[in-house]
Amino acid sequence: MSTTTIPAADEPVRFYDFDEHPHPEGYSTMLGFWIYLMSDCLIFAILFACYAVLGGNFAGGPGPKDLFDLPLVALNTAMLLFSSITYGFAMLGMAKGNKTQVLIWLAITLVFGGCFLGIELYEFSELIHEGAGPWRSAFLSSFFTLVGTHGLHVTFGSIWLITLMVQVSRFGLTAANQRRLACLSLFWHFLDVIWIGVFTFVYLMGMLR
Amino acid sequence: MSHDPHAHDAHAHGDHGDHGHGHGVEIPHGSMRDYVIGFVLSVILTAIPFYLVMERPFSNGVTAAAIMGFAVIQILVHMVYFLHLKPSAEGGWTMTALVFTIIVVAIMLSGSLWVMYHLNANMMPMMDPSQLP
Repeated sequence: MSTTTIPAADEPVRFYDFDEHPHPEGYSTMLGFWIYLMSDCLIFAILFACYAVLGGNFAGGPGPKDLFDLPLVALNTAMLLFSSITYGFAMLGMAKGNKTQVLIWLAITLVFGGCFLGIELYEFSELIHEGAGPWRSAFLSSFFTLVGTHGLHVTFGSIWLITLMVQVSRFGLTAANQRRLACLSLFWHFLDVIWIGVFTFVYLMGMLR
Repeated sequence: MSHDPHAHDAHAHGDHGDHGHGHGVEIPHGSMRDYVIGFVLSVILTAIPFYLVMERPFSNGVTAAAIMGFAVIQILVHMVYFLHLKPSAEGGWTMTALVFTIIVVAIMLSGSLWVMYHLNANMMPMMDPSQLP
């Protein structure tokens, strides 16, 4: 006793293909990574909202005008901007299949990323030394959380960068490594986009407040 | 069924090793021109807001509006020249995800500020002891 329905004589026979068709390895990685970045964007949006709400609550402590050093922030911004374009040059090297060029530009990117982190840690240590640590006021708590989270992202990006330099030098520019480099490229440039928000809303607007 | 896909896979891999953009996996990369244009624009769009705030040629309100405008333009420049965002990428799904995120972020930021501003405006007088009955 079969449950298959027999089509009427005049009806065309249809086939439905429910099989999972194979895709090339990693075909969805770039889109998936982009969606991760968008969720990361939400984390930063929440921290920006916190800063916007709490940024005026100094609790009688120092405000942005007393604490922020704009030339230092400008230098920091320049470091991140340089690291963005040097990563771009590494991607251009990858497109040409030139392993040495990729490794050299990744190393230069790492140096700029390291300078950015060094300057940020110096700024944080100066603030804490002046007694303006995250415990001082709601303004400073939200400031350290927002800028610190961005710095943490750059730190993990740098660890990822070192990992990929080892990968590329050992295994070359394989399809998997190219995909990883492309993901880190998105991550690195995305952090630069977040930094635009940080220097505009936290530092520059802070000086106007 | 199991023979075809393997052949296809092997072919795709071969392509990747050679050129880095075989069919299937789309790895976005711009040209030298894109990166240089993006970098020069970014430097200009960063330098102007810093100058405006450090030298103060305008009043606070004008300066604030200007630096926010420059930030938005610079974010767009980064999206186009560094992140290589195109409406056609990944069949439009990257752009869809981005637009969705921007809408959520806009609702969340404006909503938080609106609610907290009113909360502050309505609660603050209560904090003042002289206002208590």
